[in-house]
Amino acid sequence: MHELPIVKSIFDICVKHATANKAKKILSVTLKVGEVSDLQDQWIQRYFDYLSKGTIVEGAKLVIKRVPLVMRCKLCSESFQVNVNERRQVECPRCKGTKLAYVSGREYIVENLEIV
Amino acid sequence: MKEIRLIEVKENILSDNKAKANELRDRLRSTGTFMLNLMSSPGSGKTSLILRTIEAMKDEFRLGIIEADIESIVDSEKVASRGIKVVQLRTGGFCHLDATMVSEGLDALGPQNLDLVIIENVGNLVCPAEFDTGATKNAMILSIPEGDDKPLKYPLMFTVCDVLVVNKIDAMGIFVFDINAFKKRVHTLNQNIDILMTSCKTGEGIDGWVGWIRKELKGVLNPPEKKPKRRHAGAPQKRN
Repeated sequence: MHELPIVKSIFDICVKHATANKAKKILSVTLKVGEVSDLQDQWIQRYFDYLSKGTIVEGAKLVIKRVPLVMRCKLCSESFQVNVNERRQVECPRCKGTKLAYVSGREYIVENLEIV
Repeated sequence: MKEIRLIEVKENILSDNKAKANELRDRLRSTGTFMLNLMSSPGSGKTSLILRTIEAMKDEFRLGIIEADIESIVDSEKVASRGIKVVQLRTGGFCHLDATMVSEGLDALGPQNLDLVIIENVGNLVCPAEFDTGATKNAMILSIPEGDDKPLKYPLMFTVCDVLVVNKIDAMGIFVFDINAFKKRVHTLNQNIDILMTSCKTGEGIDGWVGWIRKELKGVLNPPEKKPKRRHAGAPQKRN
């Protein structure tokens, strides 16, 4: 259910930048969403279509790029990619350390807009 | 045909909320108020833990409670009956609180007169974890009947919290709950989280919880980074 406020935020960012660039219409919106996020692509698009009806954003296609989960070991500084589904038993592949920090995978970013 | 243009945006989707939350934390620092965001599933004991906390701390500190519910005001009535300042936010169907809603709640309470504000977030282990409320620290409750597998199902919640209260430990014998496996799962997600055990029913472990809050409050009331102010001679001032 928290998709709606997040999508509202995406919508607001689109309107702001489209207006500032005197766009007639937005064709596509590229998002970068971390793999850790549980947002479902089809729901983001559905809410987006709902909110954008009757605005310059209407009809824009969302392109969702998933950013892989990368963690860094706090002991030996090794960075490594983690399979989100196996996150429960994560340890550093180099030193077996379990004190880890997020490098990427939790992003929510509007990357760019295609406008006419 | 008009030319298609590509505009670089690179804007964080939740940046508005994050900015608002940081603003709120600055405000709390300036009034010397510690705000705790309490999250959990429905029915795990948020209101009971708040009532226990009030009982233990109300004579010593100035408390305020922000209650959030999709509907109803039953929780705030319980808190108000103990003579504590309480604000009820009805989220109107929203499954979580964000920094703007909390800011409004805080305005209504008047943080300049409070040492400790506890937010009782909407009962939900998913959405509240995504939204920074502006609280100084995040706390969650997981009660024994919910099971030891919850860190596997709701990892983000366990990742964003500073302290985890395992409640209803009086029911430990009735349910299958492997506490060691549970702690291991939690610490894999979050090495820095403090884990405390309580029973709001019997009062067991409440001292440990209150001790945790006391320690955090001390950090807010006497921030370590600031030089201590020169005290005037005479009797120490009493907090009212």
